[in-house]
Amino acid sequence: MGKSMSVRNLNAWYGTQHALKNINIELAAKMATAIIGPSGCGKSTFIRCLNRMHETSPYAKVEGDILLGGDDLCDLDPVDVRRVVGMVFQKPNPFPTMSIFDNIAIGLRLGGIRKPTELRERVERSLRMAALWDEVKDRLNKPATALSGGQQQRLCIARALAVEPDVLLMDEPASALDPISTMRIEELVEQLKADYTVVIVTHNMQQAARIADRTAFFLNGELIEFGETSTLFTKPHDKRTEDYITGRFG
Amino acid sequence: MQQRQAFDIALKELKWKLLRMGGDIQEAIRRAIAALETQDVAMAQAVVNGDRNINAQDHEIEDLCIRLIATQQPVAGDLRRIVAGMRLAMDLERMGDLAVDIAKSVLRMGIAPSAQAWKDIGAMAKMVDAMIAEALNAYVNSDVEAAKRLAQMDDEIDHHYRRLVEQLFNRPDGESTTAPQAMATAFCGRYLERIGDHITNIGESVIYIISGERSDLN
Repeated sequence: MGKSMSVRNLNAWYGTQHALKNINIELAAKMATAIIGPSGCGKSTFIRCLNRMHETSPYAKVEGDILLGGDDLCDLDPVDVRRVVGMVFQKPNPFPTMSIFDNIAIGLRLGGIRKPTELRERVERSLRMAALWDEVKDRLNKPATALSGGQQQRLCIARALAVEPDVLLMDEPASALDPISTMRIEELVEQLKADYTVVIVTHNMQQAARIADRTAFFLNGELIEFGETSTLFTKPHDKRTEDYITGRFG
Repeated sequence: MQQRQAFDIALKELKWKLLRMGGDIQEAIRRAIAALETQDVAMAQAVVNGDRNINAQDHEIEDLCIRLIATQQPVAGDLRRIVAGMRLAMDLERMGDLAVDIAKSVLRMGIAPSAQAWKDIGAMAKMVDAMIAEALNAYVNSDVEAAKRLAQMDDEIDHHYRRLVEQLFNRPDGESTTAPQAMATAFCGRYLERIGDHITNIGESVIYIISGERSDLN
């Protein structure tokens, strides 16, 4: 768990639109890296490249290398990539027809785990890691859609963790949640980064400042600045970073 | 493209409040020194009474900074301006207290420094006045070099202070300075020397606002 990712000379296109321009970045293991930038700057495209989702878009093209602990992701089967690089989206997306238990167990079953005791153990462990176990342990067979928005999002995090990925990508995971649920997600990220490599896209500057060890600022498809979060939010080197984080544009 | 008009207006308000407070402090120190030189008790009392207004300005600035931190979530240069603004106000407030200490020594002792001692006290007061002007200039114009010059000016104050103390306590037999007069004069010198240190703190805050770097000008 928790391998580092090296992104080298990454370029991505939607048709003729050059969405990512020569991105080079090291995403350190067992750290949270926040990706910030105005809408359309390429931050979601960037993390979609990290689990090879971008290439599934029509007219999409990717060039460059993405190494996970030394392995080139392009050499792996996309399905395997998504097992080792999990993703949580902006809007919670549990499988609506499945129970809480099955939402977690489905990935495990697809991975070949059939033994009920092992399934139960892994589901419980994932739900505990996502800080959801105590809230759902008595209703595991209830539909996942019966949970609140914040709980559904933690369920999605548990689902991603169940298959024991190395990297957890989060695309604005708390933007649709109330402040209490947001705080829980942030606390969860704090805990998860001890074991996983976490990459989180956020529009919330304060959230990035609170939970990320390092922060990358994207603008117009370029990586403008990348460094320690505390430095970036107190004395950024690039004026464009300063203008964005202080709310002067974007 | 300006997107935070209200915040920018509040930051300007902070700047004006600090400048007004700095001007008031400069005036208070001038009046305290004039009262010391002429033994003008009424003027000394006015300096003491005026401290309430200076303290109120300090609180006003602190409240504004706290409100901006709570409501605007400032970062980077904005955050440095606000945090340093609170420190600036604190240093200015302490300088006001030291002006009051000088004024109170006039009220308590009623003894003017000797002509010999006044050479150093007067020179220190002049330098303090110039330092305040330079510090406010550095703050308004974001001038790192002006802020750094404060360290040299403070060295001159320290030099005068050392000489003042040596003269006061190594005075030759037959010198007319009394012990209480020497003590009061030494204290006034000490107050001016401390004011110089607070002004160099202001210089450090200005450098922090501009570059984010911490410096030691003392």
